[in-house]
Amino acid sequence: MLRDITLGQYYPVDSVIHRLDPRTKLLGTLLFIISLFCMDSAWGYGLAALFLAVTIRLSKVPLKFMVRGLKAVLVLLLISVSFNLFLTPGREIFRLGFLKITWEGLRTAVFMAVRLIFLVLGSSVMTLTTTPNELTDGLEKGLGFLKKVGVPVHEVAMMMSIALRFIPILIEEADKIMKAQMARGADFESGNIVQRAKSMVPLLVPLFISAFRRATDLAMAMEARCYRGGEGRTKMKPLRYHRRDRLAQLLLVLYLAAVIVLRVMI
Amino acid sequence: MSIKTVNLCHVYGQGTALEQYALKDVNLEIGDGQFIGLIGHTGSGKSTLIQHFNGLLKATSGDLLYNGESIYAPGYDMKQLRSRVGLVFQYPEHQLFEVDVFSDVCFGPRNQGLPEEEVKERAREALALVGMDESFYEQSPFELSGGQKRRVAIAGVLAMHPEVLILDEPTAGLDPRGRDEILGQIEKLHRERGMTIILVSHSMEDVARYADRLIVMNHGEKIFDDTPRNVFRHYRELEAIGLAAPQVTYIVQALRREGIPIDDSLITVEEARDAILRLVGRAPVRDGK
Repeated sequence: MLRDITLGQYYPVDSVIHRLDPRTKLLGTLLFIISLFCMDSAWGYGLAALFLAVTIRLSKVPLKFMVRGLKAVLVLLLISVSFNLFLTPGREIFRLGFLKITWEGLRTAVFMAVRLIFLVLGSSVMTLTTTPNELTDGLEKGLGFLKKVGVPVHEVAMMMSIALRFIPILIEEADKIMKAQMARGADFESGNIVQRAKSMVPLLVPLFISAFRRATDLAMAMEARCYRGGEGRTKMKPLRYHRRDRLAQLLLVLYLAAVIVLRVMI
Repeated sequence: MSIKTVNLCHVYGQGTALEQYALKDVNLEIGDGQFIGLIGHTGSGKSTLIQHFNGLLKATSGDLLYNGESIYAPGYDMKQLRSRVGLVFQYPEHQLFEVDVFSDVCFGPRNQGLPEEEVKERAREALALVGMDESFYEQSPFELSGGQKRRVAIAGVLAMHPEVLILDEPTAGLDPRGRDEILGQIEKLHRERGMTIILVSHSMEDVARYADRLIVMNHGEKIFDDTPRNVFRHYRELEAIGLAAPQVTYIVQALRREGIPIDDSLITVEEARDAILRLVGRAPVRDGK
């Protein structure tokens, strides 16, 4: 049921990718995404595929979990592929009524699909190997320079980690309330859209109340432990770059250079 | 009315890294009018088991028969099953949502598709059963005290007229008085209406006092299924799986170790008191209740 929704789905194994500093992984994901938008040849995509394959292999996460993330973008994928396929002008190869497929369209559609799939897989590598906490830690430290221009980096990072932390809790809570109401004969599945929206009331009201209750409790618990924002706050486990991070960053630079070379040469 | 499970298994997260057995080959039969205590440490599979009884969870393998009919048979009326097997979740007050107490209790019977008159009749009756009088009907359920909220939530299930009532730790987080009131009302339902009760509890005292049969779960398996007296004789095994016997059992055992010939099957304070009084040659006191 609701439990099947995975968000920020961390896959707990020990691998070199898991051990990388979250900042390295964030940077890597960013560079990988940028590289995807730089390339326009099969060679470039081949290189990206190789890079991705090696990373996935190193992460020890089963491919099945990577692919799971693709389900969410399937509709988007289909729409963009069919738009590109049918609406790109050029040399015609197939025609059905007003729909026509062109060589150029086919090419753009395939590249577009590959780009989207790689994009999702690439970011899945990050979310599957990094706990949400590491991720926000990485963001906080990595974007720390923005503090100088008045961006409340710590506060935003704290809000993010609390929000992420609460997603599974709220899902579990929703699941529990849903079951409790089903035990009282509630029906969440049948009926038209108005009836279904109405049937959500017995789920949403208790869920909101519990979210507010949890928020108050958490705020109180944080204040009880003297939380006063990011000013002067130190970390128990500060992030530090290791040799593997330097190595990974070097590889990233090489990869990016190769992508640019391919782009310019071909 | 009977619930029967045949090799019931439930696996959480099948096919993922976190796959684990929540229930393993559970076989049991719950007959009409029994008062069953279901105990086991946290994560032993009690809550998973009871959610199978009204079809909220589907077994990974095995079968569950209600009155001899498999509830997994195609076309089985789950809604009907859920109104026959009432399930009160842990912290049931978290399910309250209506603007006033009375309409919240009406939610269940209304979902059963009963005529409006009967819905109201049942709500009144259920609220009376849990000891909430008419002065509460118009109040918002969120303004009540913890114990009152819980009673309203239990009434919400009772109003559906279940044949079997399952309660998952109905007394968690209540003060002693709230606990006694709720357990007393459950006992009354069992005694006066012959309702089958399944009480999930962490309090050995409570199950010793009320249940006439005790089912003990550990790691998804049923390990004891007997009268409380017989089960608590195995108090050492119970301790090994993170449970215990009622405190009075320990006193009786200590007395026996000192050479005092006291019956070792005593599980409630009253029984032990009377046995000790007999031993010292005095007449048992009459319960002052």
